[in-house]
Amino acid sequence: MSDLFTEPVLTALIAGAVLSMMPIMLAALGESISEQAGVLNVGLEGMMLFGAYAGFNAAYYLHSSWLGLLAGALGGMLAAVVMVVLCVQMRLDQIVVGVALFLFGEGVTSLLHGAQFGTDYPRIGDVVELKIPALSEIPVVGESIFHAHPIVYIGIALVLGARWMLKSTSLGLSLRAAGETPAALDAAGVDVTRTRTLAVLACGALAGIGGGYMAVISAGTFTPMMTQGAGFIAIVLAMLARGKVLWVIGLSFLFGISLSISTALQLAGIRISTDVVTILPYATVIVVLILFARRSYLPSALALPYFRGER
Amino acid sequence: MTTATPPATPGSPAAVDAPASRGVDLRARLEPIWQAIIPVVLAIIASGLLLVILGRNPFDFYDAILQNGLLTDFGLQQSITRMATLLLIGAGLIVAFRANLWNLGGDGQWLLAAAFVAGLAPSVVESLGDLGLAVMIVVGAVVGALWTVVPAFLKAEYGVNEIITTLMMNFIGIALANILVKGPFLTDRPGVPRTDILPLEDRLPLIGDTQVHVGIVIALVVMVALHWMLTRTPLGLRLRVLGANPRAAVHLGLRPKRLTFIAFAASGALIGMSGAVSMLGDWGSFRADFNPAYGFLIVPLVFLARMNALATIAFVALFAVIQIGGDTATRQAELPTDFILVLVGLLLFFMTITEFVRIRRARRVAFVPRGLAEGVKATAARKGSA
Repeated sequence: MSDLFTEPVLTALIAGAVLSMMPIMLAALGESISEQAGVLNVGLEGMMLFGAYAGFNAAYYLHSSWLGLLAGALGGMLAAVVMVVLCVQMRLDQIVVGVALFLFGEGVTSLLHGAQFGTDYPRIGDVVELKIPALSEIPVVGESIFHAHPIVYIGIALVLGARWMLKSTSLGLSLRAAGETPAALDAAGVDVTRTRTLAVLACGALAGIGGGYMAVISAGTFTPMMTQGAGFIAIVLAMLARGKVLWVIGLSFLFGISLSISTALQLAGIRISTDVVTILPYATVIVVLILFARRSYLPSALALPYFRGER
Repeated sequence: MTTATPPATPGSPAAVDAPASRGVDLRARLEPIWQAIIPVVLAIIASGLLLVILGRNPFDFYDAILQNGLLTDFGLQQSITRMATLLLIGAGLIVAFRANLWNLGGDGQWLLAAAFVAGLAPSVVESLGDLGLAVMIVVGAVVGALWTVVPAFLKAEYGVNEIITTLMMNFIGIALANILVKGPFLTDRPGVPRTDILPLEDRLPLIGDTQVHVGIVIALVVMVALHWMLTRTPLGLRLRVLGANPRAAVHLGLRPKRLTFIAFAASGALIGMSGAVSMLGDWGSFRADFNPAYGFLIVPLVFLARMNALATIAFVALFAVIQIGGDTATRQAELPTDFILVLVGLLLFFMTITEFVRIRRARRVAFVPRGLAEGVKATAARKGSA
């Protein structure tokens, strides 16, 4: 056990965690914003897959990881438009549409990729990473945190920005009101539909970047259903964070650690089944829920469509 | 009721009213059927257009689905076999959804039950014979039910949203099933990690000369019994009241906590039974990382059937044909089998949109009692002629 805390093991652990936490963090941030505005987005996984597919294609044909991530955001927003039209404008059941979006996203991206490349999985060339001069010299954290694709820092900045937006701007107040008591927001003269539309589009863009990140930066290729439940994990994290978006960073890092721990332990010469490792974060959360019996607080108008004048 | 009505004399108001009201009733009764068929047709057309865009002939594709899923003996038998598994999952979802509990952890419950059954069945069935098969189905149901205890407890005691907890238990269940299969239940034979194989002669008995096992009989009996339970018994009414309005349930003197546990346990038990039937009848062994993910695919069908058990049978039959036939059809068209997911996703979209149109149309019609409307019309006609 003594070689467990050596530099390469810790570096691999943290670097792996940072690499694998980003998509979940971005998607969970989007879900938080959407949930605060009263829209429960069960189709997050579908949005991430749209983002991953669009991002991969842009990066593959245009040879730029930035354009890939941008296309990922657009792909996610395209899926979000479906959600906006059906759930926000037409006020249909959010859970049914969410499940539809998830299944459709899985199917259509796999289908398009299959029709395009058959069973080939072409790869994108290596992406340029940013090395922050002085900080990356620090042992362990230097190599793992300060030597990564710049989107990692942008992602963290996005979370901080979202926190500021939700807490200190009138837009943030409107968003939270749309999730808590939409009737009051309506009475105050703010358009509930427009507010929720903005929130869902932002959610789609963030989930899309998350998916794009998985395809362009982590994997370097697109494979069908490559998100492997990350969207659902993000939904769980967003609900646990209860609208406090800074929690999203911490919780995703915890998940990132649990995802990278088996690789790191292999470096240390300890073999542990990945099945055991995948259970750990969920089991922790369940045990915490049972022991501390906290109500997972959710906005009171979550998943309820808003009909003006309805009591 | 009809015997109690006195025979109407010609010219009396009742005689004028009766044919009209029967027409309205019939149309109203047929409406749910149209509501269900329109989205299916639209989804098939939309997927056909997608096939055209991808340069495939949609008619060939749908023909291949029909041929391989329904019109050949082998395909039909496979479809019926698949129906057994899917129907039991549908039954489990209906129980939970009727009580407005979102059990989205069906795959975890299914796989965990399947892993236990596959691991224990070879030795149990060898020593107990047919009784062993029954025991294994019960084991599957118990495992499935146990896996819902934590979400049910958290929901009932602390109001923790069951979508989060069932999803988390889902991931734990999938991983745990794999740990079991790669650990305690691992076979001695070389190759892919899997459980011992249940010999063909020890599996669920086949019906007549066919390759269809008795799972379908079990599933159909369960569906009919479930329909009866939900529509004709106090428990069914209680579950529906709980789903429609938990506060009203408290005022009626029901116990929401107990009902939540019952609904969750029944849901998990039925899904676990499905896993058991699938292992004992179809597969005979649990291969590591096996996950057909049926749970999520059945959700749309249950919605489409409006959580009505009998209507679910029809949709599951259609879906089983599409799934079995689609396997061959997608291979022939050189497309991934995930095409079926597109079809199901579109089905859900069109279903919600059809529902939207129906509500809009219902709202546009002003609600006036029929007698009053007739009276107003008659008055207007008299005034016009005068």
